[in-house]
Amino acid sequence: MTLWFVFALMTVAAIFAVLWPLSRRGRTDSGGSEVVVYRDQLAEIDRDLASGIIGAAEADAARIEISRRLLAAADASGREEPVQGSLNLRRSAAIVALVGLPVIASGFYLALGSPRLGDFPLAERSRVADANQPLANLVAQVEAHLEKNPTDGRGWTVLAPVLSRLGRYDDAVRAYRNAITYAGDSADRRADLGEAMMGTAGGVVTAEAKAEFERAVALNGDDAKGNYFLGLAAEQDGRKADAAALWQKILAKGPSDAPWRPLVQAALVRVGGVSAPALPDGAVAAAKDMSEADRGTMIKGMVDRLATRLKTNGDDVEGWLRLVRAYLVMGERDKAMSALSDARQAVANNADRLRQLNEGLKNLGLDG
Amino acid sequence: MIAESGHYALVLALALALIQSIVPIVGARWRDAALMNVARSTALAQLLFVAASFAALVTLHVTSDFSVANVYENSHSLKPLLYKITGVWGNHEGSMLLWVSILALFGGLVAVFGNNLPLSLRAHVLAVQAWVASAFYLFILITSNPFLRIANPPIEGRDLNPVLQDIGLAVHPPMLYLGYVGFSISFSFAVAALLEGRIDAAWARWVRPWTLMAWIFLTLGIAMGSYWAYYELGWGGWWFWDPVENASLMPWLAGTALLHSALVMEKRNALKVWTVLLSILTFSLSLLGTFLVRSGVLTSVHAFATDPTRGVFILLILFVFIGGSLSLYAWRAPALKQGGLFAPISREGALVLNNLLLTTACATVFIGTLYPLALEVLTGEKISVGAPFFNFTFAPLFVPLLLAVPFGPLLAWKRGDLLGAAQRLMVAGITALVAIALVFAWTYGGATLAPLAIGLAAFVIMGALCDLAERVALFRIPLSLSLRRAGGLPRATWGTAFAHAGLGIALIGIVCETTWNSEYIGSMKPDDVARVAGYELRLDGLNPRQGPNFREMVAQFTVTRDGEKVSVMTPSKRNFTTRGASTTEAALLTRGASQLYISLGDTSADGTIAVRIYDKPLVLMIWWGPVLMAFGGLLSLSDRRLRVGAPKPAKAAARALQAAE
Repeated sequence: MTLWFVFALMTVAAIFAVLWPLSRRGRTDSGGSEVVVYRDQLAEIDRDLASGIIGAAEADAARIEISRRLLAAADASGREEPVQGSLNLRRSAAIVALVGLPVIASGFYLALGSPRLGDFPLAERSRVADANQPLANLVAQVEAHLEKNPTDGRGWTVLAPVLSRLGRYDDAVRAYRNAITYAGDSADRRADLGEAMMGTAGGVVTAEAKAEFERAVALNGDDAKGNYFLGLAAEQDGRKADAAALWQKILAKGPSDAPWRPLVQAALVRVGGVSAPALPDGAVAAAKDMSEADRGTMIKGMVDRLATRLKTNGDDVEGWLRLVRAYLVMGERDKAMSALSDARQAVANNADRLRQLNEGLKNLGLDG
Repeated sequence: MIAESGHYALVLALALALIQSIVPIVGARWRDAALMNVARSTALAQLLFVAASFAALVTLHVTSDFSVANVYENSHSLKPLLYKITGVWGNHEGSMLLWVSILALFGGLVAVFGNNLPLSLRAHVLAVQAWVASAFYLFILITSNPFLRIANPPIEGRDLNPVLQDIGLAVHPPMLYLGYVGFSISFSFAVAALLEGRIDAAWARWVRPWTLMAWIFLTLGIAMGSYWAYYELGWGGWWFWDPVENASLMPWLAGTALLHSALVMEKRNALKVWTVLLSILTFSLSLLGTFLVRSGVLTSVHAFATDPTRGVFILLILFVFIGGSLSLYAWRAPALKQGGLFAPISREGALVLNNLLLTTACATVFIGTLYPLALEVLTGEKISVGAPFFNFTFAPLFVPLLLAVPFGPLLAWKRGDLLGAAQRLMVAGITALVAIALVFAWTYGGATLAPLAIGLAAFVIMGALCDLAERVALFRIPLSLSLRRAGGLPRATWGTAFAHAGLGIALIGIVCETTWNSEYIGSMKPDDVARVAGYELRLDGLNPRQGPNFREMVAQFTVTRDGEKVSVMTPSKRNFTTRGASTTEAALLTRGASQLYISLGDTSADGTIAVRIYDKPLVLMIWWGPVLMAFGGLLSLSDRRLRVGAPKPAKAAARALQAAE
C-alpha cells in the first residue's frame, strides 16, 4: 500500500511541475534579449580600453561594428509581436498534464514494473535465514568466524564441502583455496577445489579446474577423484580413448568396495571403453524409429530373453558377458552382480571358459 | 520499494520529457509565455526524478539487492563499497541511466542559469533537449531496463568484470559522458536556432561556454581512459586506435573545431552557419560513439544481428536525430543571417584553417573506424584498420595544424599581418631549431623524424609563450610594468596559451614514448636480475595474497640504479574466482615524467614467471598535455566577461598595441 502512496505522491509532484508555470499568469518574465548583450559588449569595450588591452583605434572600430548590430537588433525586436497569453492553450496544456502524465506513467510502469516484489537487501535476507534455517545459520556463523580469523585452516576445511553441497560454488572455491593456503596442500583438497570450480562452470572441466586435478594427481598419483575428473576432461575434449584408459587404471588400482566404482564403470561404458551389447541389425533399425519408452521396453525384452536363454544353456561365455554389460548400461548393478555369480557357477567346471569369463569381466572393470 | 520507486521515477521522467518536448514548442509558436515557461519547471522536475532513479539504483547496488537483475549480474556482496558504487555504471543498463542523468543535469542547468536567454530560445532549446531525453528514456525502459526484477532472488551476484574493478571506472565514464552529453546543449541550441530561423548574440554568448565545458570533460575523460588502459591492460600501450577509442576521439576533434568556430562567432558574429553545422555534427558523433559502444556492433556485426533490439533502437535514434537535424539544417540554414566578413589572413582565417584541418582529421578517423564495419556488412569480409592507417593519415594533418597553432593568436581580427606574426614568432622558431639540433646530436644515428617532431613541439610551446610575452610587452617595457600587464590579461588569454602549450607537451610525450621506449620481456626466477635502461630489477620473490574478492600473486622487485636502491615495485596478477577471470596489476615507478613499468605474465611449472618491463621516458607528458589543455579551458571558462574581438581598423595607424586576445 505504501508503494502506491509513494507513486501517487510522485505523480502529483510531476503534475505540479507542469501546472505551476501555467498558473502564474500576468507575471511574464521576458528573458534576455539580443539588445542587452550588445549593450553589455559596448560597456566591455570601454573597460578593455581603460585597462589597456586594446588600443583606441581598435576600440572605435569595434564600437562602430557593435552599434550597427545593436541598431539592427533593436529594430527587429520593436517589430516583434508582444508576448501574450491564451487561456485556452493553457487550459489544454493543463489537461494534458493532468491526464497525460498519469496515463503515460502508469501505462509504462504496469507493463514493465513488478509492484508486488519488495526489496531484498542482502543484510536483511541473511537475518531472516538465521531464524529459519539451521544449516544456513551454521554456515553464516562459521563464515562470520572465518571473517575474523581468516587464517583458520580447519575452519575453511570444514566449511568448503558444505558450501559446495549448498551450490555456493564460488564461495566453495574460495574456501578450498584458503584451506589449501592455511591447512596445507593435499591431493584431496586440490581435487575438491577442482570439482568446485567445475560447479561454477556448470559442470565443464575448465582449464583452471583441470590444472587443479593435475596438481592433485601430481601430489598423489592414485588419487581417484583427480584421475576420474582428468578422464572427464579428456572425454569433454573428445579424447575418449584417453578417458577410458584413465578410468580403467583407477578401477584396477582402487579398492573393490570403493563407493565411486559404479560411477566410473558407468562412465567407462559411456565412452565405449567397454562396447555396449550388440544388437541384431534389424532390431537397431527398428529401435531408431521408436520413442524413448518403447526403445527401453525393447531393450529390456531382449535382455530378458538373453537371461532366460543363458539359464538353460550356461556355456555361452560371450552371452554372459553381454548380459552383465547390458545390466551395467541399464544401471541395474544388482542384477549385473547376480548375473556375474550365475555365470561363474555355470562355467565353474571348465577352466578355459572361466579364464575367458574373468578376462572379459576385467575389461568391464569388474574384479575377476 | 526502492527498486520500484526508482523504476517509477524513471517512467515519470519519460512522461515529463514528452510534455517538455511539445508544450514549449506550442508556446513558442503562439507566443504564450506561460507555456514556454513549462519547459523550465519540467526540466527541473525531470532532473529530480532521474536523479532519484539513479540514486535508487546506487542504493540497490550498495545493499546488494540481488532481486534486481542488473545488480545480480554485475555485483557481488564481497565487492568493496567503492566498486559497488562504480559498478552501477560499469554495465550497459546502468551506464545508460548515467547518460540520461547527465542529460537531465544539463537540461536542469539550462533551466536554472538560462535567465538571460530570450524566452523562446530557451523554450526551444529545452524542448529539443527533451526530444533527445525522451528517445533515450524509451531506449532504457524498453531495451535496457536496469530495474527488471528476479522473482526468486539468488543469494549471490555474478560480480563485475574484474578489469573494471579499478578506480579508473569511478572517474572515466562519468567524465566521458559529461563530455558526450555536454555537446547535446550546443546541439539543442543549433536546432533551436534552425527552428526559430535566427541566431542572435545571446546564442553565441551561450553556446561557447557549454561547448567549452563539454570539451574540458571530454578531454579529461579521454586522457583518463588512455591512462587507465595504460596501467590496467598491462601491455604498456596508451592508445590503440581501437573503435571504442576512436568513438570518443571523433567528437573531441569535432568539438575542438566547434570550440574555435564558436569563438569566432561569439567575438566577431561570423561563421554562424558553419558553427550550427559543427554543433550538429559534434553531437551526432557523440551519438554515433554511444551507438558503436553500446549496440555490440563492434564485437561483430553478427552479434548485432543476433540480438538486434538494442542496436536497431539506437540506430533508429541515430537516424532520426542525425538525419532530422541535418535535413532541418539543409532546409533552414540558408535563411539564417550571415555574419561579418573578414580577410583570408586574419584571426578568423586562421580559425577556419584550424576547423578545416580538424574536421578532415575527424573524417579520416571516421572512415578508418566505420569502413571495416561497412565492408563486413556488405561483403562479409573482416578487415581491421589499425595504427598504420591512422599514423599515415592523421600525422600529415596534424603537422600543418601544429605549425599553424602559434600563428593564430598572434593574428589580428578581421585583417591580419602574417609577416608581423612570423617576426614575433622568431624566438619560437629559433628555439625549435636549437631543440632539433640538440636532440639530433644527442641521439645521433637514431630516428630521423623524432628530433623534427620534438622541434615542432618546442615551436608550439614557445609559440604559446611568445604570444603571452607579446601581450605583456616583455623586455620592451620595464619588467614591473610587464608583470602588471600580465595580471591584467584576460584569463581567456592565459587559457589559450596553456591549452596550446599542452598540445606541444603531449606531443613531446608521444614522441619520446614511441621512439625511445626500451623493454625487457622474458621469464624470471626469484633472484634473477633484469637490466633495462640503466636500471637493475631483481625479482625478490612471489607471494600469494588474499584480497576481498580475489586472490593475487604479488611479485616483489627491488629496483637499483648504479648500485643504489631506488625503490621496491610490486606488480601482481589477480584471480577473480566468481567470473573465473584474471587481471594484471602493473607496477609503475614514476621518476620525473618518466616511468618504469612492470607487468606480470603467466607462471610456468618450473617456478618462473613471464615478466614485461618497460622504461618509458617522459611518458607522463602524454597525459600532462591534456590536463594542461583542460586547465586552459577551465581558465577560459571562468572568464565571464563579454567577449569582443575588436577588429583591426582598415587604415591601421600604429601597431603599437595589438588586438584584444
